[in-house]
Amino acid sequence: MNKALLNLNAINLVLGERTLLENINLQLNPAEIVTIVGPNGAGKTSLLRVALGLQKPTSGTVQLADNITIGYVPQKIHIDPTFPMTVRRFLALAKTTHKKPFEELLAEVGAEHIIDAPLHTLSGGELQRLLMARALIRNPNVLVLDEPVQGVDVHGQSELYSLISRVRTERNCAILMVSHDLHLVMSSTDRVLCLNQHICCSGTPEVVVSHPAYAQLFGKHAASHLALYVHEKSHEHNHALTEHDHSHQHNQFCEHLEGKKSD
Amino acid sequence: MIDDFLLRALVGGIGVALVAGPFGSFVVWRRLAYFGDTLSHSALLGVALGFILNINLTLGIFIICQTLAILLFVSQYQRQLTSDTLLGILSHGSLSLGLVALAYMDDVRIDLVGYLFGDILAISATDLYWIYGAGGVALLGLMWIWKPLLSITIHEDLARVEGLPVDRTNWLFLGLIALTVAIMMKVVGMLLVTALLIIPAATARRFASTPEMMAILAIVIGCFSVIGGLLGSYYYDTPSGPSIVVSGCLLFLLSIIVPRK
Repeated sequence: MNKALLNLNAINLVLGERTLLENINLQLNPAEIVTIVGPNGAGKTSLLRVALGLQKPTSGTVQLADNITIGYVPQKIHIDPTFPMTVRRFLALAKTTHKKPFEELLAEVGAEHIIDAPLHTLSGGELQRLLMARALIRNPNVLVLDEPVQGVDVHGQSELYSLISRVRTERNCAILMVSHDLHLVMSSTDRVLCLNQHICCSGTPEVVVSHPAYAQLFGKHAASHLALYVHEKSHEHNHALTEHDHSHQHNQFCEHLEGKKSD
Repeated sequence: MIDDFLLRALVGGIGVALVAGPFGSFVVWRRLAYFGDTLSHSALLGVALGFILNINLTLGIFIICQTLAILLFVSQYQRQLTSDTLLGILSHGSLSLGLVALAYMDDVRIDLVGYLFGDILAISATDLYWIYGAGGVALLGLMWIWKPLLSITIHEDLARVEGLPVDRTNWLFLGLIALTVAIMMKVVGMLLVTALLIIPAATARRFASTPEMMAILAIVIGCFSVIGGLLGSYYYDTPSGPSIVVSGCLLFLLSIIVPRK
């Protein structure tokens, strides 16, 4: 078995009175795509921040492989319109020794036309592609993406996800990302962690989607592949699911969730 | 012939514009206008400190600004108050404390209006040394951290993940801003320091396509503001600091009207 690139061990994160992360174990293997899903306030971003070394966990350890180079694609980036910065210059600011021409790099993410555009004029999708290009400059073997499709229309979303899968195949790069919607990422992810402070369930997308804890978090519609769930409703309980095989487990998760409503 | 005091005012004013341009650009990009106000409002406290310790007043102002900058930097880790509330408390608190402290010193009579709005025509040779010495340090320091500071301005966490020394750079930047505010005091006064930081930079924005170009244009526009204000002040006997800001505002208006090529 390959050595894991990233290994999070029994991570707990408590800020003030709030428990954001509880006993998280996470391993990222080379060229593997792991997606973290969960409702708002579930600690998804906090978990990424811990993995990136931006946030020190209250307890637990973060181990990085020696050869690791992390590329980070932040959730959003706010460029003040008063800041004169073109795409080319933005890429040039990346701290790197890598000398691939920026045109090629942008072509790889499907955004070669924006090279001379000012940053503050880019659309949500263009900005995401640019941020991806910037992350790829450093030739990462781990790419960490925080909600990579936020603010992008549905068509653009599936394009971005197929770009992410391509990056994995072409660059042999492991990917750790956060997503709101499991259904769009299903085809392009190997493993899913369902997070709500603690890891509710994990496994292949198919396993997670039919897991009672997932239904608990996202509602019946999500569980039955209708993908119609409204995010604000993600904490609503759906007791119709008790007919499920794992009903004893379900009850346990139910209690768990009751006690941990976030925000 | 130009009078000596007018020449000193011109040289001092241009020195301040040289420093204000690049720092003002960062103040605009990083939305630090209120932060700049807070630093400059503490200057009276620095004047009081200067009298108490019997040291150069600019040095006193610098010490207080620096202390406040450190205080603000540390307090961003607390979550009780939003940053603009905190800035408001420190800004007005230090301004009032400065006024009270100065009123307490019976033997000290200061030209309060001069400190509030600047008195460029009273710039002394010592002031010039301060402006060019400390201003030179501030500019060299800024050039040194220029690139990481641009990255941090775009996205702090991204800069951190890429291995840039984010904390060190932010600390240095705050220190250099405090230095800049201290030397700008004499020219436009504590109430107008931020104006001379942001107006030339905002004027330069429309004509700049890179950060460097914006900083350099802000310097040029700042110099014209200083010259314009100085002439107005000399010929029409208007207060110098406000005159400089008024001429800066006129240039800004002009820049909006001028069609972009």
